[in-house]
Amino acid sequence: MLLESIGRVSLSFWNQTKETLFLLAQTLYWIFCGPFRKKPVSRKNLFAQTVFGGIHSLPIVFFVDFFIGMVLAMQAAYQLEKWGATIYVASLVGVSVTREIGPVLTSLVIAGRVGAAITAELATMKVTEQVEALETMGLNPVRTLVVPRFLALLVMLPCLVLLGDLIGMLGGYVIGTVNLGLPSGLYVDTTIQFLEKKDILTGLLKSAVFSVIITMTACREGLSTQGGAEGVGRSTTRSVVISFILIILADAILTGVFYFAKT
Amino acid sequence: MEAGADSKQAVIRVRDLVKDFGGRRILNGISLDVYEGETLVVMGGSGCGKSTFLRHLIGSISPDSGEVWMFGKNLASAPEGEMDEIRKKFGMLFQSAALFDSLTVGENIALPLREHAKLDENIVQIIVKMKLELVGLRGFENLMPSQLSGGMKKRVGLARAISMDPKIVFYDEPTAGLDPIMTAVIDKLVVDLTKKLSMTSVVVTHDMASVFRIADRIVMFHQGNMVEMGTPEEIRNSKNPLVRQFIAGEAEGPVSFFQQGDDYLEHLTAGIR
Repeated sequence: MLLESIGRVSLSFWNQTKETLFLLAQTLYWIFCGPFRKKPVSRKNLFAQTVFGGIHSLPIVFFVDFFIGMVLAMQAAYQLEKWGATIYVASLVGVSVTREIGPVLTSLVIAGRVGAAITAELATMKVTEQVEALETMGLNPVRTLVVPRFLALLVMLPCLVLLGDLIGMLGGYVIGTVNLGLPSGLYVDTTIQFLEKKDILTGLLKSAVFSVIITMTACREGLSTQGGAEGVGRSTTRSVVISFILIILADAILTGVFYFAKT
Repeated sequence: MEAGADSKQAVIRVRDLVKDFGGRRILNGISLDVYEGETLVVMGGSGCGKSTFLRHLIGSISPDSGEVWMFGKNLASAPEGEMDEIRKKFGMLFQSAALFDSLTVGENIALPLREHAKLDENIVQIIVKMKLELVGLRGFENLMPSQLSGGMKKRVGLARAISMDPKIVFYDEPTAGLDPIMTAVIDKLVVDLTKKLSMTSVVVTHDMASVFRIADRIVMFHQGNMVEMGTPEEIRNSKNPLVRQFIAGEAEGPVSFFQQGDDYLEHLTAGIR
């Protein structure tokens, strides 16, 4: 019984992985080969997705990152006070926000906001025959639905992470200067001094990988939906849960790779 | 097959079409031809395989065995580029109309035009207005699909299906869920468009009133098999009890309301030991 269910779960996991990779291959095909077949991505669609996924996500990303920055600063201060090294709050917040907290948290927020919206929209289109209608009109669904969302998030998620990083550090700065009484100039200097370009780039690279995870999971779940309103709900839940798991897994793997590559 | 059929050209040829879903046979060796300029109605009860059959004709499902030929091309083996060319030559009206919610009525109709025909935007707008006029919805181009009633959605769906001036139009239950007047309107549109634009139509429906209003030829499906094919007159006078029951709409007959296989008493007492 146990072996059987393990077998079933791993089999369905394998099938989904295959489907996702196939979808990714099709997406890349349409991005790189589409323009040569006179079938480029619709700019209007791309713009709409960029605005929805990027600009409209700014408030929630800022909110989360600002408060996480504050929490990080308070946590760090609690420990560093014992050594009289409160000034290192600045560097600790800076490094952990840019390398880890910023990319992961922002991506999780986006998976919940944008990923869920993508799945719900595509799933509804699937169950109301709209996807089939596209195909019948000779409009490839991967090209018209997946590619604009993929490109939009691939560009916007790193941008959101970058801005989120800044806001996170601002959260730390507020705690550092107002509550811990650190001099403003010193706080900024310490942050910059310990911040390496590599930290920021690592974070951005991670967020690009996460954006691929989010759009591919969301689109695959959406386009494979069956069974009316209930199916839409199930797909949306699955999309968010699977994205969360894959983002955390990918983060662990990437962090490991960057850590060991360094030494 | 009725006399004189040989002189007409078959635009769709279906040969020995077989399809299984989850171990259940949905289509069991269907073979038929659709001739240029005719309206072929596929009728049959729910679950008889008529919708699955239509999905094979538009190439969205591939057969397990057998072939579908459209304009002399085998759909299953046509490469993507060729399939796109075939798709430009047919339109489909979906049961739920399948309008894109995020686009206006006009944009819905213009979508295939903008995609496939490199036309001037003014010409696209003129074509959109013409198609809306054809379905009796002049001046509706700026409304969103959510603002339309069911019958209007169907008509916009029809306008979109014919926006590329296709040679064939497929209709999946065009009158399902409509009031009798709107049903008659849609039926009239189907007939008018077929005659005015000399299109070939394949209509899947179980609405008997519309069947006899629009059909040039009727084929009846039952449990994945073709049980009867002929002109409306032949179908009306058919001796086949399945057809007779379906036309008359009777609960009792060869088609049983009880579709379960096992014995009722056995089924009831299954858990009692």
